[in-house]
Amino acid sequence: MSDPTFNIDELPVPFKPGQTILEAAKAAGVFVPHLCHHPDLKPHGGCKLCTVVVNGRTQSACTYKAAAGQEVDVDTPELDAMRRSLVQMLFIEGNHFCPGCEKSGNCELQALGYEYEMMSPHFVEFFPNREIDASHPDAMIERNRCILCERCVRASRDLDKKNVFGIAGRGGKATLVVNSPSGKLVDSDFAVTDHAARVCPVGAILIKRVGFERPIGERAYDRAPMSAEVEVCEIPESGS
Amino acid sequence: MNEALAPKTPVKVRLATTSLAGCFGCHMSFLDIDELIFEFAGIAEFDRSPFTDIKHCGPCDIALIEGGVCNAENVHVLRELRANAKILVAVGACAINGGLPAMRNHLKIDDILRKVYADPERGGSTVPNDPELPLQLDKVYPINEVVRVDYFLPGCPPSGEAIWKYLTDLILGRMPRLERQIFHYD
Repeated sequence: MSDPTFNIDELPVPFKPGQTILEAAKAAGVFVPHLCHHPDLKPHGGCKLCTVVVNGRTQSACTYKAAAGQEVDVDTPELDAMRRSLVQMLFIEGNHFCPGCEKSGNCELQALGYEYEMMSPHFVEFFPNREIDASHPDAMIERNRCILCERCVRASRDLDKKNVFGIAGRGGKATLVVNSPSGKLVDSDFAVTDHAARVCPVGAILIKRVGFERPIGERAYDRAPMSAEVEVCEIPESGS
Repeated sequence: MNEALAPKTPVKVRLATTSLAGCFGCHMSFLDIDELIFEFAGIAEFDRSPFTDIKHCGPCDIALIEGGVCNAENVHVLRELRANAKILVAVGACAINGGLPAMRNHLKIDDILRKVYADPERGGSTVPNDPELPLQLDKVYPINEVVRVDYFLPGCPPSGEAIWKYLTDLILGRMPRLERQIFHYD
């Protein structure tokens, strides 16, 4: 028997029972933008970039299960405008200076900015001053670029079984914290071989000494837009 | 119209440019349009710009602003261009979000000036206080936090190709857009 289907932007998409809308769309080659979602991690539903309209109601595609006969809107001017605003708010909340960031070109936040033609961050800049942790010999944390997607939190807890990262504080004071007596990465169980070292969508967790191994202009999103579904939250193998 | 009064040549687009807290990289990139500058000269002329060394801006059609706003002089220049230009474009990362100069924003300007100019260990004595020197602002601001901005052209710098595409779109009355290949924040 063939798989049941639901509709994305009026086109039928097959799904396996239990799949989320995002997973089914990806399997069918339909781009649904996402930022906090990572295929190897449990869905989080935090960034809301994957917001779609399911039978007239907005839902997070990364957490909402596909069901037969659903009418899902993904690519509409209203949703795209909302996504652009979300990306703009993420930009102004942190210090996202692409020209000075070694993640530029491999950054998923930046790629979404391109995807939605964000010409400026629009809102008033926060210019926060958050702590940088370069204590670890092999990796560093640049919190000014952290977007609190919790990918590292989930990867460390669920894949590495180490529970190195967490989010502390609320609202504008929420920040990435490290589970160690000193609060420094060097005193934690973190190792550069951890999954948590490689899942950051932005330049907040960086592995040292590999930053410019691949020159700017030749990186993942320099070659293809994010909607072409390139997976890049991997540091090149030769670098580890 | 009386033929004697009719303009002999088509009216040219008048363009002003300036660099505030920037590195002039966007202006250098403008010159990367190479021989297209001749085509440009056929349809446009410069008002106030580092290319002409005209000191003050008159009424013009388009103003291109490079760099963020870091001191009082930047504010005056930016307001002058805004008052005179029909269309004001923020060009490059610094004009759009403060860019690299804005990386000083988490430090107190007082501490920065003392450290740079008045630290005896580094051979300094006093912070310069000549009235000719523009006063530094507390932070480096994107230009859209100081004046109204009509369009944004990102890049560090935007390539000559991107600047040409954007300018010609504007001059021809199209909604300016950049193809993905020339659309970069870095």
